[in-house]
Amino acid sequence: MSRAQAPEPARAEHGPSAHGTSAHGTSAHGTSVRVGIDVGGTNTDAVALDDGDRILARAKRPTSPDVTGGLRAALAAVLDELGERAAAVGRVMLGTTHATNAILERRGLGRVAVLRLGAPATTAIPPLEGWPDDLREAVSAGAAIVRGGNFVDGGPIAPLDDAAVRRFLAETAANADAVAVTGVFSPASEEQERRVAEIVREELGEGVPVSLSHEIGSLGLLERENATVLNAALYAVARDVTGALGAVLAERGLSVETYFAQNDGTLMAVEYAARYPVLTIGSGPANSLRGAAFLSGVTDAIVADVGGTSTDLGVLAGGFPRESAAAAEIGGVTTNFRMPDILAIALGGGTVVSEDGSRVGPRSVGYRIAAEALAFGGSTATMTDAAVAAGRGAVGTHPVARDARLARAVREADAMVADAVDRVALGRADRPLIAVGGGAFILPDTLPGTSEVVRPAHADVANAVGAAIALASGRFDTIAPAGAGRRAAIERARQEAADRAVAAGADPGRVEIVDLAEVPLAYLTEPAVRVHVKAAGPLRTRPA
Amino acid sequence: MSPVADASGMQGSRLITQEDIAPLARGCAVLGTGGGGDVRTGAIAVRRAVREHGDVPLITLADLPGDALVVPLSGIGAPTVGHEMIQSAEEPLLIRDEIERIFGRPPSAIMSSEIGGGNGVMPVAWAARLGLPLLDADAMGRAFPEVQMVSMYVAGLPANLVVMADVVGNVVSMRPVDGLWAERIARAVCVAAGSSALMADYVLTAAQARGAVIEGTVSRAIEIGRATRHESDPLGALARTLGAKRLVAGKVTDVDRRTTGGFARGTVTVEGVAEDKGRTLTLEIQNENLVAIEDGRALAMVPDLITVVDAQTATAVQTEGLRYGQRVAVLAWPCDPLWRTPRGLETAGPRAFGYDLDYTPVEEIA
Repeated sequence: MSRAQAPEPARAEHGPSAHGTSAHGTSAHGTSVRVGIDVGGTNTDAVALDDGDRILARAKRPTSPDVTGGLRAALAAVLDELGERAAAVGRVMLGTTHATNAILERRGLGRVAVLRLGAPATTAIPPLEGWPDDLREAVSAGAAIVRGGNFVDGGPIAPLDDAAVRRFLAETAANADAVAVTGVFSPASEEQERRVAEIVREELGEGVPVSLSHEIGSLGLLERENATVLNAALYAVARDVTGALGAVLAERGLSVETYFAQNDGTLMAVEYAARYPVLTIGSGPANSLRGAAFLSGVTDAIVADVGGTSTDLGVLAGGFPRESAAAAEIGGVTTNFRMPDILAIALGGGTVVSEDGSRVGPRSVGYRIAAEALAFGGSTATMTDAAVAAGRGAVGTHPVARDARLARAVREADAMVADAVDRVALGRADRPLIAVGGGAFILPDTLPGTSEVVRPAHADVANAVGAAIALASGRFDTIAPAGAGRRAAIERARQEAADRAVAAGADPGRVEIVDLAEVPLAYLTEPAVRVHVKAAGPLRTRPA
Repeated sequence: MSPVADASGMQGSRLITQEDIAPLARGCAVLGTGGGGDVRTGAIAVRRAVREHGDVPLITLADLPGDALVVPLSGIGAPTVGHEMIQSAEEPLLIRDEIERIFGRPPSAIMSSEIGGGNGVMPVAWAARLGLPLLDADAMGRAFPEVQMVSMYVAGLPANLVVMADVVGNVVSMRPVDGLWAERIARAVCVAAGSSALMADYVLTAAQARGAVIEGTVSRAIEIGRATRHESDPLGALARTLGAKRLVAGKVTDVDRRTTGGFARGTVTVEGVAEDKGRTLTLEIQNENLVAIEDGRALAMVPDLITVVDAQTATAVQTEGLRYGQRVAVLAWPCDPLWRTPRGLETAGPRAFGYDLDYTPVEEIA
């Protein structure tokens, strides 16, 4: 909630950036300027960075119901702020909620022919079971389980039933905008899914896009299938966003490369995002974490993003968001995306303080803070007022008197934050807390369980900065034998993750494996491990 | 559950309907004592089967003639595999047909082998697909990791028959010499079948089942699942319904996992908060929560039930879901008396899991 902060108009920044990266010169020519945009629930933020990572311009505009309007406004504002240097914009990085909103509102979704390869296995739970009825009706062009799929050891459950695939495609062709294909154990054995993609091209031509589950998610059939179907339903949404962004840039006579932010805090090139639009869901918290790391120069930390009604706490490990082990639910559908592990607590700048100050929240005045809070001449005591009275910030238009009620509220709020920090810290108390977001001033300067509280410059647009500075990444998840074949299988997984990072836009020469986890599997007589690999690298430079 | 018209001549039988599925899953998770597999996938399968085939009558042994066949069913295999290679809808039908072929008459009811976890939920789907009633009973009253850890084995029933069906339609019938051999061979068949199979372990007549199964556990699971509904104090309500001791309420401060011999083992530390401040409880885990220890003293041990629940919602937390920082309460309550017999303790007491502890009932530990 940006209204709770001291007024801070968009401005150009010419000094060294907050984390002290040295400048590479001040050339305003070429394609050296990047614009990061992050669509939040309340505001759409945009920042422009030069090739020395200094912030040149920034803008905050209200998020519009259609998302695109607010996006255009924020982008236009930051380009205006750049003035002549707008011509040097070479890349735009976008973290947006278009896909999430399309699913939540069941709007603009394509119809999907849903094909599962696994019969006679898996028939106890057909595809789309457990989906909300209205979403299923909006998305499904028909579903079938055909013979195929693989066992855990790679052997086929049944040979792929080509004829049944062709029959299904013929039945659904009239209704389907896209096809989603999910094979049992495809993350370890993807050949059958690839074969179905060929059959779709033969039967329906190149114009009908195909989502293959092994490219979308990890083990867990129903969750991966759900994510694959959502991905296929979002192709049109991805085209619309890309088109809208391209139109704004074209109006300005700009020809730029566009990247989309993913839910793990990395980027993918626009062509890649067009194939995997579902990966854009949940990019906001990841951008915020990555932006906090960049602005503070700290790569291992707890990050608190304080808004108007809530605070999101997450953990940075090696510069990337720690991921949640729990299943992610989107629009009533369970998926197995690895989302940032975020703990949200009902504490923000607009959070209402009880009569005696003994309780804060969960109620918040939200966007009405500028009318209702004491600091703005209103009559409701909020956390903004309590923080102002405690001398933590100079916010608002009216003085706020220090009293016992507000002092108590500050103690209560600090205890809530300390408790939340302890929950996310996993026992470590030696890391700093990076405070970002429009309401960050309500946090104290010292917190139990942290080494220090860091307040970087530009903390209120950390999310847009996070989009602008992100790397491109790829990930791969499979099952490998624990014995002799283990090394080869892990090497293959590393290569696959690196190839995917390059496909997403990373510089092939600078891709690194940033995460490799092996989890032993229980109740298998043949020992096996589940392998998860993530690779990431800086964006490759634009071809001349 | 709703009372059913007495069309089948089954006195007092009830129907399991769509409304019972969520509470059943919640209750089975509590009875899973940290293990027993995922209840969520099971609940999706049950909703589907009940929508397709109708509500499932829940009956008692008194509803069955003495020679009626009861089939205890359970899924066996690796949880990771079960989550990826979902069961075939045909598996229960194959087992039913094989039993009818062997006995010359069809089964009259099916039963859950293990009420704790996903195996407590899925039998409703199997019963729906078979058009058979579900017996309000199971063979554990909780979750256990091995095939021989069932009430029929403890009651001394001969392991007359094991029938297994896999996802592609293979059916294996086995006449093991005892429950330990049943475990060993069933495990090998399961691996050959892709680490997932449906299994009928023992086929009982209703007369044999009396005293050899743990009765009332399905309705009990539903009752447990409903206990916390609309309660301002879900934890207290759950503890009252279970007749459980609250061993500690606090924070998970350490989760030490290791996988050995195919089992997920571990030690979890819970430090007390508020009125339990200053206390430290450790839980020994082998798929299930087996022993709770404070200051070197066991406060509860297997076969009594030990479940970790979320401190606010009282939702059961499975062992793989435990992580540092969670606010939890540890509940413990008595197992079925059958497990406290010498043979019950030999089968599933602390020493059966490698703990050098003399079993003491949870209610006798101060």
